[in-house]
Amino acid sequence: MANDKSSMQLISRGILSENPIFKLALSMCPAVGISTTVMNGFMLGVAVLFVQVFSSITISLFKNLIHPRIRIPTYTLTIATWVTVIDLVLAAYMPEAYAKMGIFVKLIVAFAIITMRLEMFACKESVKDSFWDGLGMGLGFMVGMMAIGFVRELLGSGAILGYDVLGFKPLLFFILPSAGFFVVGLMMAFFNWIEIYYKRSRGLK
Amino acid sequence: MKTLAKIKFIVLAVLLFLAAPLFSQAEGLIADQSFKADNEILVTFTGPVDKAVAEDIGNYTVYEEPDPDIRLVVSSATLNEEGKRLSLIFTEPLNTATTHVISIKGLAGIEKTTFTVSKSYLGYLFGILISALLINNFVFTKYLGLCVFFGTSKKKDTAKGMGVVFTLVMVVSALMSWFFYNFILIPYDLNFLQIVVFIGLVSLTVQAVDTVLRKVNPILFNSFGVYLVLVIANCVIIAVPLILANNNYNIFETFMLALGAGGGFLLALYLMSSVSERMQLANIPPSFKGLPISFIVAGQFAMAFLGFSGLQLF
Repeated sequence: MANDKSSMQLISRGILSENPIFKLALSMCPAVGISTTVMNGFMLGVAVLFVQVFSSITISLFKNLIHPRIRIPTYTLTIATWVTVIDLVLAAYMPEAYAKMGIFVKLIVAFAIITMRLEMFACKESVKDSFWDGLGMGLGFMVGMMAIGFVRELLGSGAILGYDVLGFKPLLFFILPSAGFFVVGLMMAFFNWIEIYYKRSRGLK
Repeated sequence: MKTLAKIKFIVLAVLLFLAAPLFSQAEGLIADQSFKADNEILVTFTGPVDKAVAEDIGNYTVYEEPDPDIRLVVSSATLNEEGKRLSLIFTEPLNTATTHVISIKGLAGIEKTTFTVSKSYLGYLFGILISALLINNFVFTKYLGLCVFFGTSKKKDTAKGMGVVFTLVMVVSALMSWFFYNFILIPYDLNFLQIVVFIGLVSLTVQAVDTVLRKVNPILFNSFGVYLVLVIANCVIIAVPLILANNNYNIFETFMLALGAGGGFLLALYLMSSVSERMQLANIPPSFKGLPISFIVAGQFAMAFLGFSGLQLF
């Protein structure tokens, strides 16, 4: 399907037109659960990026050896292996960030987005394209997480990356755990609104 | 109907099994012990004891189960007139969820009498169930399983089916994970394989449930079968084994946690689907249609569930 696509197109598709969080609405759990600050979103984004890229490459390398009937278990085990790697690395070198993310690093194994990309893309395409696709999707996830983190941190605690920028706290409520649902819902509605507005202004329906 | 009777029987047997530790309490000098108020422990002896020994605070050492180094300070000890009931008052409120170990020196001529005070084990297990079901509901306060949650909470029937399949798979896979974790991963020092083993077990359980259900109850399979595939790619189901491994739960605690988590998921799906059915009739702004409004509703549920956070039954 996408043999003629350039690397830039694959990346931009992951970030914009098929953004895992806002467009495909997959992997919502961390988007709600731990997106209280930009830094949290960034850290988990890096972990997902790593797992996505390496699983895509692995599956793409061995795509001719995997029997179609056992492909889903193979994907799962591949992802689980790479998640174990990033889990142990983070636990060893960044214990503080790891403690904040808690169980969510291990839960990357169950993120639908990764399995979906392997099933839809990596098992058919070349290693190079799979790499760019994985990178695009991983970056898309990271950008989405950071965007939610940005909104919550700015409005909730008036800060960005821990630095106080506003000097006051406009909506303390946004930093509370249950507000994750509201923020994601409102952001989705906002993007929909832009899309509708854009289409209308161009006379499209 | 026949299967229902069987299930009832199994549940009863399990409950009896769970209650067994209740009947084997401490014997000898101590007849009964329990938490009274926030900072009080009440001890009943089998016979009258020496007032001078029993009321000397220096004779007591009290600590919480896992850390014997942190001593709790007794502020006063009073024996009633019969000499049978002792009330220990502590300077600070006790954490009644943990087991407290009390030793008394020189009581009734014995050099050291040691006994434990804890809440009833069944109550504690029930506490885990309620906690997983309401207080730490996996969807609304731990934010797990959202993909499936938003995907399948459109209709009540679907929600019920999904919730039941989830609970079933969750209990089976959690128990299997417990066995693997305690008898293979821990003894052979393979803890780093946790994720690989647990996800493998979950996939295996899903496949097994799929095969068994197809054979045993084709009608049920036709209505539930679709969701089974969804179950694998879901964080709720893999979160339970990870939590039990983190907390070193025993088999009863594991069972209760899995049951509570599954029941909580069922509850969340059912609540959400009831709202979704009504929302179809409502006039929603175009930009909020679909997922955004579901998120807002889920947020309101999450806030409502925060109200359970102070809940303590036992």
